[in-house]
Amino acid sequence: MDIYRDAILDHYKHPRNFGALPSPTHTAEEYNATCGDRMRIEVLVQDGKTEPIVADIRFSGEGCAISQASASMLTERVLRRPVSEVLRLSPQYVFDMLGASLTPSRVKCALLPLEVLQKAVLKEKTLETAERSGVA
Amino acid sequence: MFDAAVIRKDFPMLSRPADGKGLVYLDSTATSLKPAAVLQAMDEYYTTYGANVFRGIYSISERATAAYEGARGDVARFIHARDTREVVFTRNTDESISLIYYAWALPALGRGDGVVTTMLEHHANFVPWLELRRVKGIDLMFWEPDETGLLPIDALETLVSKKTKLVALTAASNVLGTLPPIGEIVKRVKRINPGCIVLVDAAQAAPHMPLDVSAWGADIVAFSAHKMLGPTGIGVLWGRHEFLEGLPPFTFGGDMIKEVHRDRAVYQDVPHRFEAGTPYIAGAIGLGAAVRYLEHLGMEDVRRHEMDITAYALKKLQAVDGVTVYGPRDPKDRGGVVAFRLEGIHPHDVAQVLDDDRICVRVGFHCAQPLHECLHIGPTVRASFYIYTTEADIDALIQGLLRVQETFR
Repeated sequence: MDIYRDAILDHYKHPRNFGALPSPTHTAEEYNATCGDRMRIEVLVQDGKTEPIVADIRFSGEGCAISQASASMLTERVLRRPVSEVLRLSPQYVFDMLGASLTPSRVKCALLPLEVLQKAVLKEKTLETAERSGVA
Repeated sequence: MFDAAVIRKDFPMLSRPADGKGLVYLDSTATSLKPAAVLQAMDEYYTTYGANVFRGIYSISERATAAYEGARGDVARFIHARDTREVVFTRNTDESISLIYYAWALPALGRGDGVVTTMLEHHANFVPWLELRRVKGIDLMFWEPDETGLLPIDALETLVSKKTKLVALTAASNVLGTLPPIGEIVKRVKRINPGCIVLVDAAQAAPHMPLDVSAWGADIVAFSAHKMLGPTGIGVLWGRHEFLEGLPPFTFGGDMIKEVHRDRAVYQDVPHRFEAGTPYIAGAIGLGAAVRYLEHLGMEDVRRHEMDITAYALKKLQAVDGVTVYGPRDPKDRGGVVAFRLEGIHPHDVAQVLDDDRICVRVGFHCAQPLHECLHIGPTVRASFYIYTTEADIDALIQGLLRVQETFR
């Protein structure tokens, strides 16, 4: 029962950063039709010392213990990290973070939060860039 | 009446305790386990007379042809078809329905024509009609179940009209277990519009209860071998002979042709018109063996056993705190399948923990997402039963669920 190790159950039962932000700069949502999971991530990106960072983050939605724990752990880890670093995170990073041996059918659940997070910061970033270049 | 505990010995997968823990297989609605008799029949073909059918003028090919056509006869007898030619071998239920879509519905139906389907359907009998609406502009109407999953029969009076060309419905829901009264429904439909075609998805009915396509009075019935003890990869399309005879081929090539010239081809009569290329010979032979196995048990008794085990499962499940069961309340109104939710725990997590005890259940939408949306519920856990399911399997499930609750408490 390696998959539901204590850390995962703890994050599932007591999710960190669960909820919504008053005024997020970046948001994304995904729906996984095979398991009916819904995940929304809201991010407040602010300028850091050298580059934009994740100043605050919240996730919400419904899903299995793996997707919820993955979101909880991930949001904890990326808080105050540069956006560029978030975009470079790999699936392996998530697997290592969870530290559980996932069965093939659960890989999707584990990766959903990273997918949503990267979609959020990537999508809005592109938009921002477009707006900026529009002004220029 | 057969004894499920004895029958289990016929199933290699049940008689092989891999790591001390026996398999608790509660996913027969997805696919059934196979008895040794089926595997042996297929093996015998491959090891002693594995020649192609129809063409060889030598004894093992003739034997293969006889076995392949014999299986067709077995199926025809099993479903009480009037004519063996009404049985077409396909890959599965989905392909049987898709065959009707391409060979009949797509060319024949169009704007102004009505199609009625139900919200109980598996995607195999739902998506083709969505697609037909998209490409041909037919009027698609949905027959909605009540909150217990039963289809109110009087709704047919408003759904079906002279414009209705097709009513496509399931004989047994793969989620709720609902058993629409097909014979009565066909009668009602034909009374309103005698020309309306009725297509029945019997994937979850053929394995579990006596089936009489002639008594039903429907035009098309589809089902798969692998849910009724047979191999994966072979299914059945039964069609009323006059109806099938009017359809063009769905696939082209060998065996479906009578003669071919530079300027024209003459197609075979049914059923071979729809069976282009070398068919799944061993699969048909396996299906024949499966049918004979079921006939030996007696389909009335198969149904009785499943009703008993379903009643037991419903009683036990409802006694577990936090379990919500969906579908008809009375086991007489449902097949051997129970969909449920465990309060506060995602179905995937339920199945994952159950798997530690080698308990196999299905979770998700079970290829019936519109039904889950119609009932306003998320994904469900589904336990389904068959001839080899015992009360001990149900008890193991209940114990497993308590352990799931313990894990996520």
